[in-house]
Amino acid sequence: MQLPIYLDNNATTKVDPRVFEAMTPFFLNDFGNAASRSHSFGWKAEEAVDYAREQIAALIGANEKEIIFTSGATESNNLAIKGVFEMYASKGKHIITSVTEHKAVLDTCKHLEKLGAEITYLPVAMDGMLDMKDLENAIRPDTILVSIMYGNNEMGVVQKIREIGALCKSKGVLFHSDATQAVGKIPVDVIADNIDLMSFTAHKMYGPKGIGALFVRRKNPRVKVTAQMDGGGHERGMRSGTLNVPGIVGFGKACELARLEMAQDAERLSKLRDKLENALLKLEESYVNGNKENRLPHTTNISFKYVEGEGLMMAVKDIAVSSGSACTSASLEPSYVLKALGLDDELAHSSLRFGLSRFTTEEEIDYTINYVTQAVNRLRDMSPLWEMFKDGVDLKSIEWSEH
Amino acid sequence: MDNRIYLDNAATSPIHPEVLDVMFTAMKEVYGNPSSAHAHGRKAKNLLEESRGTIAKLLHCQPGEIIFTSGGTEADNMILRGSVKNLGVKNIITSPIEHHAVFHTVEELAKEGVVKTHLVELDELGHIKLDHLEKLLSENPHALVSLMHGNNEIGNLLSLKKAGELAHKYGALFHSDTVQTMGQFAIDLSQGYVDFAVGAAHKFNGPKGIGFMFCSRKNRPAPLITGGAQERELRSGTENVHAAAGMAKALEISFRDMEKKREHVQNLKNHMMEILREEIPGVTFNGDAEGHSLPNVLSVSFPESETGEMLLFNLDIAGISASGGSACSAGANVGSHVIHALHPGSKRTTVRFSFGKQNTVEEIDQTVAKLKTWYPVPASV
Repeated sequence: MQLPIYLDNNATTKVDPRVFEAMTPFFLNDFGNAASRSHSFGWKAEEAVDYAREQIAALIGANEKEIIFTSGATESNNLAIKGVFEMYASKGKHIITSVTEHKAVLDTCKHLEKLGAEITYLPVAMDGMLDMKDLENAIRPDTILVSIMYGNNEMGVVQKIREIGALCKSKGVLFHSDATQAVGKIPVDVIADNIDLMSFTAHKMYGPKGIGALFVRRKNPRVKVTAQMDGGGHERGMRSGTLNVPGIVGFGKACELARLEMAQDAERLSKLRDKLENALLKLEESYVNGNKENRLPHTTNISFKYVEGEGLMMAVKDIAVSSGSACTSASLEPSYVLKALGLDDELAHSSLRFGLSRFTTEEEIDYTINYVTQAVNRLRDMSPLWEMFKDGVDLKSIEWSEH
Repeated sequence: MDNRIYLDNAATSPIHPEVLDVMFTAMKEVYGNPSSAHAHGRKAKNLLEESRGTIAKLLHCQPGEIIFTSGGTEADNMILRGSVKNLGVKNIITSPIEHHAVFHTVEELAKEGVVKTHLVELDELGHIKLDHLEKLLSENPHALVSLMHGNNEIGNLLSLKKAGELAHKYGALFHSDTVQTMGQFAIDLSQGYVDFAVGAAHKFNGPKGIGFMFCSRKNRPAPLITGGAQERELRSGTENVHAAAGMAKALEISFRDMEKKREHVQNLKNHMMEILREEIPGVTFNGDAEGHSLPNVLSVSFPESETGEMLLFNLDIAGISASGGSACSAGANVGSHVIHALHPGSKRTTVRFSFGKQNTVEEIDQTVAKLKTWYPVPASV
């Protein structure tokens, strides 16, 4: 067993060796530009891209023509939201999203607000779930888009996507879902879910970094987005730029593997996750964040009360975990997602997100259980707050004097 | 595909084995997300910053001035769109022979009504008329000049010094699409001639899906992609670490082998011109092929013929890969906008041959021998 143990698979995953193998020929002999139509280097590259498109479409129940390649989920989210805002400007400028979305969605919405968009940020319940009534009430005649993530990156909560999709369809509003964490981990079916646009990426499902996709529905309704990058008119004019052929081939292979192995991976990982979670919940004053029923199989997010956050991260050095999204972990701010569930700053700080992967072993989980348990106990032994709590002092009743 | 002759290196180039090594190692061992605070993340961040540092050092700029993107198209888009948004650009001065990543983006911005476009006139060889550029600059304040360094179709080179000094004389910003020259010439960004430049790794034997934008610290365009605030808030999205490492390695090798490679491809180009002239009467070369031109790009204009339209197809059947123009518009049967700008209405056939370090003189000879069979010399009089 190698230390540190990597349990931050919601941030990024290791490339599966089989994916790697699939990519290799396209670095070496078949290196053509997929847009070169005058020779077989180009055709071979295009053929490989088309095949990958089919593999990717098959995983999400789409048609291969509905897959637009991008550099990753952030770009896909940008293209979906900005692209709809520009394309459907005549219909309205109201967009609905939620407070627990990834920054790629939230920052893009904030950006559009400056350009005149009206954004409704729906709250979530204490378990991270959206209230369907809130959503229904928020939809207006000028609403052009609802953007709700499939599975949350921090706590793994899976929204009721099928109900949301049905509601949006009945109201004639486009529905975009950031499915970055869900695709490849749980079954996603864009037709049954009534999803019109969906963002996802390879590096969260054992594929390479630097390649992602946007699903853009072509039928019932035919959806269009305004390109955010112009140039050679690749990807049906929606996204220009030389196609990342080896990346696309790797993405395709990763999707195929996910389609074939998702069920068994999910079963194994949810058992390991539950083992980890149940063991850590034996610690006093520890809590799972987010709804446990509707959850990604490989994720758990646990708060340890009366443990100082920064100390906790330092104390679990043998385990690569995060206290929130990687994209915001450089800041010292507590997770806005956990705060949206009603956690106070201290508790949000003392939370750990565990993300398991296809490569996670039981041995690693056993080590993690012992290691984290000891770390939390050690930190609490040093904590005056923990001591007061054990002495029965109601900490909420204390008036802290300011220095 | 080993027996085929690949003469389309300006479309994309084979990856260098050393680059592949770097990428494979990174993919296997440095798989963290650079934004993660833990050891795996820090290792990835280190590799990313090392790669940035390597590129900055080679180009004589600050690491903070190199922003990673998904490629040249994205970098060009960010510079053009972002400087209209952030830097008060009201006029864009460009040319009719720019790559579509620039040309279509400028068209789009003009359509949105946020800028006015002005096209610089070209001389008969396809070079920018500097006196016309100066005239446009003097008439249009708050301008951004966007002129490519090396043309991807005809190979013409622009003097960055002359164009940049002219732009700056009138207080304009200067962007140069340097996709074709990056790694081929030792571009020294510390000279300050350009405010914005771009690179796409797959044009210099690096990987596809990664490129960069150079922008000086005082002229920061608005971001194109928002989200996790990576790349100094200029470009969000999980960084493509292994590709960035591959790109840095590819640029390093390009600089290391620069003279040697340039000499090699220039020899191939000269050789091809020479024997084409001998073997096929009526052949001409588009642009300033023998003057200020990319050493690896040769745009050949074949005489009008019945089989002209089939020339690329026949070349491919014969195992030779070349292109009619830019790969990025190779799908459309509208002909090259560059050739059209230079020779409107011409019925001659244009083929772009572009060379790489793997090509040999023998390959050129074989190619010309094949071409000759389709353009037989008329029976002697």
